[in-house]
Amino acid sequence: MSANPAASATSESAEPARNLLVARDVHKSFGQTEVLKGIDLTVTEGEVVALIGASGSGKTTFLRCINLLEEFEQGSITVDGDPVGYTDRGGSRRRLSEGRLAAQRARIGMVFQSFNLFPHMTAAQNVMLGLVKVKGMAKAEARSLADHWLARVGLADRADHHPYQLSGGQQQRVAIARAVAMDPRLILFDEVTSALDPELVSEVLGVMKDLAKSGMTMLVVSHEMLFVRDVATHVVFLDSGRIVEEGEPHAVFKNPKSDRLRAFLGRFTDIIGDITAR
Amino acid sequence: MQRTYLGELMKAKWSLLQGFITTMEISAIVIVIGLIAGMIGGLLLVYGPKPVRLLMRLYVDVLRGIPVLVLILFSYYGLALLGVNISAYTAGVVALAGFCSAHMSETFRGAIDSIPVGQTEAAKAIGLTFQQRFIYVLLPQAARRIVPPAINTAVEMVKGTTLLSIIGVLDVLLATQQTIARNYMVIEFYATAMLFYFVLNFTLSRMGAYFERRFGFIRY
Ligand SMILES: Nc1ncnc2c1ncn2[C@@H]1O[C@H](COP(=O)(O)OP(=O)(O)OP(=O)(O)O)[C@@H](O)[C@H]1O
Ligand SMILES: [Mg+2]
Repeated sequence: MSANPAASATSESAEPARNLLVARDVHKSFGQTEVLKGIDLTVTEGEVVALIGASGSGKTTFLRCINLLEEFEQGSITVDGDPVGYTDRGGSRRRLSEGRLAAQRARIGMVFQSFNLFPHMTAAQNVMLGLVKVKGMAKAEARSLADHWLARVGLADRADHHPYQLSGGQQQRVAIARAVAMDPRLILFDEVTSALDPELVSEVLGVMKDLAKSGMTMLVVSHEMLFVRDVATHVVFLDSGRIVEEGEPHAVFKNPKSDRLRAFLGRFTDIIGDITAR
Repeated sequence: MQRTYLGELMKAKWSLLQGFITTMEISAIVIVIGLIAGMIGGLLLVYGPKPVRLLMRLYVDVLRGIPVLVLILFSYYGLALLGVNISAYTAGVVALAGFCSAHMSETFRGAIDSIPVGQTEAAKAIGLTFQQRFIYVLLPQAARRIVPPAINTAVEMVKGTTLLSIIGVLDVLLATQQTIARNYMVIEFYATAMLFYFVLNFTLSRMGAYFERRFGFIRY
């Protein structure tokens, strides 16, 4: 028996998982409408957290608050220990300067539903832009890193293609490479397969699965319930701006506690009838 | 003694050359100022705080709504009455540059506004600052939409310089008129002036067409 149980506990788990994202009581309104009504969420390193919920429940808005694309009025979001978006000096809450915001965003990756590749640049240039301009990397080094990540997403032979020469699935994989290459603490995915033709969905999900396996911390908004069930370590159900239920995906899908989640999952039974059965 | 066109052209060559230089010079100054001010004006119209945006909007709409000649006369005679003494040349440049800037501001605003908001958001998401987003992401995409109307404006400005002959700026038109007053070769020398303006503006248009093709691949 150890004289100091706390010490032995820490020595057993050599490094406790870091909290990469801590959201506390996040409130956000558009005009009179409160869209986020106090979101509390913690994502630890290496976790893949899926955010599900009906259209309009606030999933996109929450992701955009994390990446400072949207301002929020109340609460706090901390990414890897760094409170994002605002300072709280002298009791008054102030938006950070443009420069500080840019530096914080560089540490948070984001992949969008509509890809948003830069159309005037090749795939490699899309990936290199942030590396060169934000990280100050030399062009040659950035290029080899871009080639590395484009190969990882299966696009080694498309590095010098412009977006219009790529399919939707390929464009989205370039967008993922662009986000990952920045070496972010956390990557946000907002319905990244929703704009894709059905036959292109799996190639993008495959890349995301691969990323998840490599230990990347991910917060994923998705309606791909099979992907959520199989890849997410934790699933969060958002309803009208509140987290109503969360937990391990199989458990949550099998025994939804709230009527809202049961109703929401019910919509997917046609496509994935076995989701709650397993 | 028989007057020949070439003989008269040689006699008038220094005066005409001076006119060419003045026209080219004023056109260039006005277009360059217009492009720079238009870029800044366009940015203010899109991203400026509300009062600045409103002021810019007022400037742009007022100047675009006034005939250039009125602007020129106001700039020359009006400013003199207000005690600001400037040469006809300067007054002309001020009026044309003010007019050009207003048009270019609107052109830049339209081009920046037409870029999908997702472009800015993707650029923000990789950590680019405002300046970097503008230079590397927005401007190259806006260029394709800026060039055609900007070339139009530039061509209008070259044509507009002829109005400065009214306040006594010795441009191609005034030099031509003075030449004709001496030799009465009306057709020949107006044709010479026309050829000059045509060549200058045709060159501008061709440059525009080239740039348009160059950026034509940008699609969403
Ligand atoms: N810029 C905006 N201005 C006003 N209201 C907005 C704005 N953006 C979102 N909303 C509103 O906020 C609510 C939440 O929107 P949000 O896009 O976050 O939902 P979502 O869960 O991502 O939905 P979906 O599944 O359809 O993408 C919606 O009611 C929406 O109409
Ligand atoms: Mg959404």
